[in-house]
Amino acid sequence: MPEILRQMWDYLSSDAAWSGNRGLPALIWAHVKLSALAVVVAAVAAIPPAVALGHIRRGGLLAVSIVNVGRALPTFAIIVLILPFSLRYGFGLGFWPTLVALVLLAIPPIFTNAYTGVRDVPPDAVEAARGMGMRAGELVRKVEVPVAWPLIITGLRVSAVQVVATATLGALVGYRNLGTPIITGFAQPSQRGELLAAAITVILLALLTDAVFALAERRLVPWRRPAGRQADVTVTAPEAAVP
Amino acid sequence: MSGSGGVLAAEPFIRWDWVLDHTDDIRSNLWEHVQLTVLAVGIGFVIAMAMALIALRWRAAYGPLAAFCAAMYSVPSVALFALLLPFVGLGLWNALIALVTYTLLILLRNIVAGLDGVAPEVREAADGMGYERWRRVLRVDLPLATPSIIAGLRIATVTTIGLVTVTALVGEGGFGRFINQGLSRQFSTEIVLGAVLSVAFAIACDVMFVLAERVLAPWARSKAPVEVGRPGALSLARWSRQRRVADA
Repeated sequence: MPEILRQMWDYLSSDAAWSGNRGLPALIWAHVKLSALAVVVAAVAAIPPAVALGHIRRGGLLAVSIVNVGRALPTFAIIVLILPFSLRYGFGLGFWPTLVALVLLAIPPIFTNAYTGVRDVPPDAVEAARGMGMRAGELVRKVEVPVAWPLIITGLRVSAVQVVATATLGALVGYRNLGTPIITGFAQPSQRGELLAAAITVILLALLTDAVFALAERRLVPWRRPAGRQADVTVTAPEAAVP
Repeated sequence: MSGSGGVLAAEPFIRWDWVLDHTDDIRSNLWEHVQLTVLAVGIGFVIAMAMALIALRWRAAYGPLAAFCAAMYSVPSVALFALLLPFVGLGLWNALIALVTYTLLILLRNIVAGLDGVAPEVREAADGMGYERWRRVLRVDLPLATPSIIAGLRIATVTTIGLVTVTALVGEGGFGRFINQGLSRQFSTEIVLGAVLSVAFAIACDVMFVLAERVLAPWARSKAPVEVGRPGALSLARWSRQRRVADA
């Protein structure tokens, strides 16, 4: 144990740790950049259909199925499976296969929570809004989505933490990020200092992501403290986050 | 990883002759996958049950216990393998400790939700019948919490099966061994085989748990696996009636 701590100290006090495209800042940036992009793409792809389905209150089976499939599919397999397709169709190694895999992983919690949030808007509120003369578009924008916000943000939070965790595996398909020193370190005992430093950084990054979304929840949804409601098919913390 | 990818791009995605030639590997990897899953969920269940009973006795302990499990749950698995490396090295213990860690939050939440779901009237009735505290927990509370506990085991098992594949990185892996070898040999048949078998195994276990719940808790049909069953007083009556019918 002290040996590995000394190795990590040596690494952290060397220039290599802080500069160049193999230094920690570059690895952290690559990690954050890809994760943020994946969550944004997944949100853009998943939220509109989820809100539409929730609005017409159809597709409950689809929501449950997406969660179940998402849980059964090993993230490791998804990232590696993308690779043959990516190579065959000319997207190469690294960035693209990792991004596609992460987007696929990020979709289920975002979709399901947005769907459930909109579907479970109290019927009284919907009726009142209709009574006030709101049309479908207005109803969605002014009533259903605002009421569903807490769950939508929870979905984004679960996805984001999961994506940050899983992006680590992108190192396997050649995307250089915080996972790279860890994967290298498993094979090479001389690189254990780098391994430990990167592992601790990834953990802090995952916890930080969670904290940022928790804060956003409080800011954006001041009327309801998080962990307030749990409907039947929502994805809360225990459902996700592990690659 | 750093190769040209020429082989991967040229080969068919799956070569059936290779699969048929490697049934022994499939069998041994299946066995390893089963062992890791059963051990992880089994050990996780014992620990989570102990935590739940502590939380039942000292209500204030639940918050910290759940927070601890939640924090562990958000640790990326690859990083956890790395953190365990100095203590247990690579291999079985590293994989198993990590897998057990990830089952705790799911199991703890479901066990506690199940115990909380027992109707107060039922508890009072049991107390009135002279059950001592822990005997009541064993004979009344836990049986009524069965649907929720099984739902927790179901989610934990399916999640663990997926995670077992990642332990290929520390030298274990079950079907993940195929994926990892396919990656390093740039051979898509192995990657596809590992992924498909892992998913098939997860689905098989999922179905098994649905059947187990029908047998063990016939009063509660679970529709969604995320659903937490809440057996009330009425269900207890139905349950005991069915028991009497079964006993007769």
